[in-house]
Amino acid sequence: MFEDYRGVWVFIEQNEGEIEGVSLELLGAGRKLADKLSVPLSGVLLGLEIKELCPEIISYGADQVFVVDHAVLKDYRTESYMKGVILLAEKYKPEIFLYGATPNGKDLASAVATDLSTGLTADTTMLDVDLDNRLLEASRPAFGGNIMATILCKKHRPQMGTVRPKVMKALEKDNSRIGKIIEEEIFLQEEDMRTKVLKIVKDVTKKARLTDAHVVVAGGKGMGDLQGFQLIHELAETIGATVGGTRDVVEAGWLPHEQQVGQTGETITPKIYFAIGISGAIQHIVGMKNSEFIIAINKDPNAPIFDVATYGIVGDAMEIVPRLIEQFKVLQKEKGGEVSYV
Amino acid sequence: MHIVVCVKQVPDTKIIKINPKTNTLDRRSAPAILNPYDAHAVQEAVKIKKMIGEGTISVLSMGPPQATAVIKKSIEIGADRGYLISDRAFAGADTLATSYALSKALERISKEQKIDLVICGLHAIDGDTGQVGPGIARRLDIPPITNVIEVTEFNKKEKTVLLKRKIANGYQLIEAQYPCLLTVGKEINEIEYSPMPNMIKAARYEPIIWTVNDLENVDRPQLGLKGSPTIVGKMFTPPKPEGGKKLDGNADEQVAQLIALLEDKKELLFANH
Amino acid sequence: MSEKFDVIVVGAGPAGTSCAYTCAKNGLKVLQIERGEYPGSKNVMGGVLYRQQMEEIIPEFWKEAPLERPVIEQRFWMMDKESAVTFGYKGLEWGMEPYNNFTVLRAPFDQWFAKKGVEQGVLLVNETVVLECIVENGKVVGVRTDRPDGEVYADVVVLADGVNSLLGKQLGFHKEFRPDEVALTVMEVINLSKDKINDRFNLEENQGCTIEIFGDSTKGNLGTAFIYTNKESINIGVGTTLSSMIKAKLKPYDLLDYLKTHPMVRPLMEGGESLEYLAHLIPEGGYHSVPKVAGNGVLLVGDAAQLVNAIHREGSNMAMKSGKMAAEAIIEAKNRNDFSESSLNKYREALYDSFIMKDLEKYKDAAHVFEHYPQYFNEYVPMINRAASKFFTVDGTSKKDKQKQIMRSITGERGKLKVIQDMFRAWKAVK
Ligand SMILES: Cc1cc2nc3c(=O)[nH]c(=O)nc-3n(C[C@H](O)[C@H](O)[C@H](O)COP(=O)(O)OP(=O)(O)OC[C@H]3O[C@@H](n4cnc5c(N)ncnc54)[C@H](O)[C@@H]3O)c2cc1C
Ligand SMILES: Cc1cc2nc3c(=O)[nH]c(=O)nc-3n(C[C@H](O)[C@H](O)[C@H](O)COP(=O)(O)OP(=O)(O)OC[C@H]3O[C@@H](n4cnc5c(N)ncnc54)[C@H](O)[C@@H]3O)c2cc1C
Ligand SMILES: Nc1ncnc2c1ncn2[C@@H]1O[C@H](COP(=O)(O)O)[C@@H](O)[C@H]1O
Repeated sequence: MFEDYRGVWVFIEQNEGEIEGVSLELLGAGRKLADKLSVPLSGVLLGLEIKELCPEIISYGADQVFVVDHAVLKDYRTESYMKGVILLAEKYKPEIFLYGATPNGKDLASAVATDLSTGLTADTTMLDVDLDNRLLEASRPAFGGNIMATILCKKHRPQMGTVRPKVMKALEKDNSRIGKIIEEEIFLQEEDMRTKVLKIVKDVTKKARLTDAHVVVAGGKGMGDLQGFQLIHELAETIGATVGGTRDVVEAGWLPHEQQVGQTGETITPKIYFAIGISGAIQHIVGMKNSEFIIAINKDPNAPIFDVATYGIVGDAMEIVPRLIEQFKVLQKEKGGEVSYV
Repeated sequence: MHIVVCVKQVPDTKIIKINPKTNTLDRRSAPAILNPYDAHAVQEAVKIKKMIGEGTISVLSMGPPQATAVIKKSIEIGADRGYLISDRAFAGADTLATSYALSKALERISKEQKIDLVICGLHAIDGDTGQVGPGIARRLDIPPITNVIEVTEFNKKEKTVLLKRKIANGYQLIEAQYPCLLTVGKEINEIEYSPMPNMIKAARYEPIIWTVNDLENVDRPQLGLKGSPTIVGKMFTPPKPEGGKKLDGNADEQVAQLIALLEDKKELLFANH
Repeated sequence: MSEKFDVIVVGAGPAGTSCAYTCAKNGLKVLQIERGEYPGSKNVMGGVLYRQQMEEIIPEFWKEAPLERPVIEQRFWMMDKESAVTFGYKGLEWGMEPYNNFTVLRAPFDQWFAKKGVEQGVLLVNETVVLECIVENGKVVGVRTDRPDGEVYADVVVLADGVNSLLGKQLGFHKEFRPDEVALTVMEVINLSKDKINDRFNLEENQGCTIEIFGDSTKGNLGTAFIYTNKESINIGVGTTLSSMIKAKLKPYDLLDYLKTHPMVRPLMEGGESLEYLAHLIPEGGYHSVPKVAGNGVLLVGDAAQLVNAIHREGSNMAMKSGKMAAEAIIEAKNRNDFSESSLNKYREALYDSFIMKDLEKYKDAAHVFEHYPQYFNEYVPMINRAASKFFTVDGTSKKDKQKQIMRSITGERGKLKVIQDMFRAWKAVK
């Protein structure tokens, strides 16, 4: 009954001509699914004057790109974008359709799923297919992250899911790849739109966004109090890192919400992650476990944070961190005058 | 101005416990609360009503009979009335079936008093999907604006509302025609401490309860479990990663080892971003 | 102008809810105000609920109330460092209707009970703290809460705000406690499977037991410890008067830790996971410290009126009974439309006529005696243990000689006359 539905699709989210990282990650994940199912992988790109992005999409793994280029699609709006996506999906019938779980991706996917009367799995962190039934197995944290649930959509097509940023891996960019570009016309009129984007205001205050930082020093409730938490800031400053924290720390008011790492905060993959006085609750771990090099400092040898740490120090942060700061300062001097602070 | 806020009763996932043997929720450990985002949604409706100087706030929930508790909670915050749709036919709904049932209830409410604005929480902390709000908007054919962080201004003559919508690295300033549907997070406002008369009103309040028969033009196969395209295949505990190496010695020795290990990452450290 | 009620009840513990329930059932307009997130959210109790007084309010409540287990066995331990002399009573008839007592967890129980009140028409407002009574012309006319527009008015205000009744103090009905008038009790709820509980306590399905422990449970200080079995958890707690705690420089939690790791207790708790930890005061001043319980437009019930029998650890039953009697006095006062002190004093009369004040009078000197003569706890209990050990050890000595030796050692240790004096004093205190 679903023979008409073939192919794996990824919605390519672009903001002002720049492709979101999660879309490239999804091309990587989608490639695997498409190969398993022996079907092409397609990117779906909407916007105004965005055609030059197509080669990039192909170089990250797509076999073809569907493009809808229209003035009304200049800025993201649910009403206009969903029209384009639905048009494509109804015409070309993909069996699997993935979106990044960003504010726009979630918004779009929810609206599209409603119109297509199909299932949508939110915030997926693991993807697989059951080849026999060509069934997408989308797994996601449930009950506040204490457990994983695999969600299936047996009787409807396409099978849709939004996928969390930073959990899938993008392929190496390969400029030698070739693919097809399929342009689609759409009839849209600005007068029909009930929402208007008057302007876009970028957050200029951003220091280093947590999600972009290479080195993160994160502290937990184990720092004792606001004053104890100053050690985290001090260490971060010494090594030029960005500060992060657990939800408990944010709720205690030691850090603003933007600095929270974890399920209800940011998912990050820095090169180095310090977890200090953090117990390692599952909701925290899902936000940082893919960091390259994780150093945990905790006085409880059984703290679960040690399970994900590359190196662990069992000890009192109040003793360890000041020594670390001291040693780093020595190291920094050795490194010489290359250091500059803003 | 008639504002309807959709509110859901959820288990408090902060204190939730999972039975490791059966992989199910230990209900005893999870008191039911008003979805925290929905509390902000109701508070925003109260703010809007104050801002424009008039209006009626209704809340709507779908759930078992005990879900009247979240309607009362909403009255405490300042809602004027509340509807609960409760029927076995609704049970087991995923987001698609939920948005269908809620949209049917909204149609009925709209007959009693025309709806100008629907507000939903950004997501419910149990399902964490954030799909129901946009789903409702599609079914009612009104524009959804998700992730609203500020409701700035109403223009009653033009029937438009000015909003700020959060995006990845900033916000969009949006002008939307209403009726429309907003979803809101926690940044949008602070929940105020409810005045005593609201508390007494809530204690006394009897929500309006509808079954599926009270709704019109309902296509029953779209409801509940039957109307839900997604099903839960299996539940499992995420595989536990193996830990790395623990450094030994006293504090000084541990720190010295760590510094040595970080030698080759020096160029990452002290580099500014 | 804010709404006026017939009755405002402050607090949704057993005392407040009994009162609110009874008033509403008789057609009065009742507002009940509780500071917790829900009734029971902040309440601590070892966990024995007595059937009688509860049944006077809701007949056959056991058919629907969230109870843990009917108590079919009550044990007493006189515990020393590595031994305990135990006795008790187990009766299967207690496991059948109409039952004797039940173990309960306060959070679900108080919520259920309060809901029964709401069903009778009580308006229950949670998460709201009553800051003070509003007094006009020497009469309490309402309360002020911590909320915006927070004043509410009523003919009668019932203070059921528990042991530390700040509101009672504000009205000058009672003073700050003396440290010897209150016990500080700490308690933990420990998760344990049904099977383990049944095995370790020798129980079957839907049977519960209570253990009261004297002696080394408090390191010899005035006070007692208890272990109660719930469905799938155990309540363990220990309390001593604030004064002995200060005297012995004890920290409450240390005492509980000491108890939990005591070799006599540890095997019962083994493998359990701590669910919650609670600390609470119990008024133990008894008869002498019961304050004025009725004033113009105001009544005090339950712990707020210091109605606790420390020796038998009865409190919730007195709370319920007093709440009900207060309600009855209010209903009469309403009929007379007279809420003056003399009209409300009907409650005081009923209280002094009931088992509550009679029981409290009977034990009126007990706490005092035990407080001033610590030998009951730190000498006799070990002595009894040594005696029992000697008596039950088979070593070739005749039983008769053993008894002689035991008597000699007891009187030898403390002196014959002293022993007789102690016994007499103790007997007088509890007779
Ligand atoms: C739905 C849901 C979503 C959530 N989302 C998130 C999220 O996004 N991010 C998040 O972080 N949490 C989240 N949580 C909360 C999470 O479950 C934990 O409660 C939280 O991560 C714990 O924070 P913590 O490690 O700082 O504190 P704790 O768990 O209290 O741990 C403190 C640690 O510090 C150690 N310590 C104490 N003193 C010292 C010392 N002197 N030196 C060294 N170590 C010391 C202790 O041994 C302990 O391990 C969420 C929970 C739920 C239910
Ligand atoms: C460890 C322990 C073990 C016990 N064991 C037993 C036992 O086994 N059996 C037994 O019968 N009794 C026992 N008791 C005694 C029993 O718990 C009390 O006697 C009984 O709870 C008294 O009921 P109450 O309604 O007077 O007060 P409480 O139960 O204390 O209720 C007072 C209520 O008032 C609320 N409140 C207080 N101030 C305000 C305010 N200003 N505004 C609004 N609300 C307010 C509180 O939140 C609380 O809910 C025990 C006590 C303790 C501490
Ligand atoms: N059963 C329900 N009853 C009322 N509103 C709901 C229900 N389920 C979801 N909602 C609304 O939709 C929002 C998002 O929910 P979800 O899509 O489940 O994350 C919630 O914050 C509510 O406003």
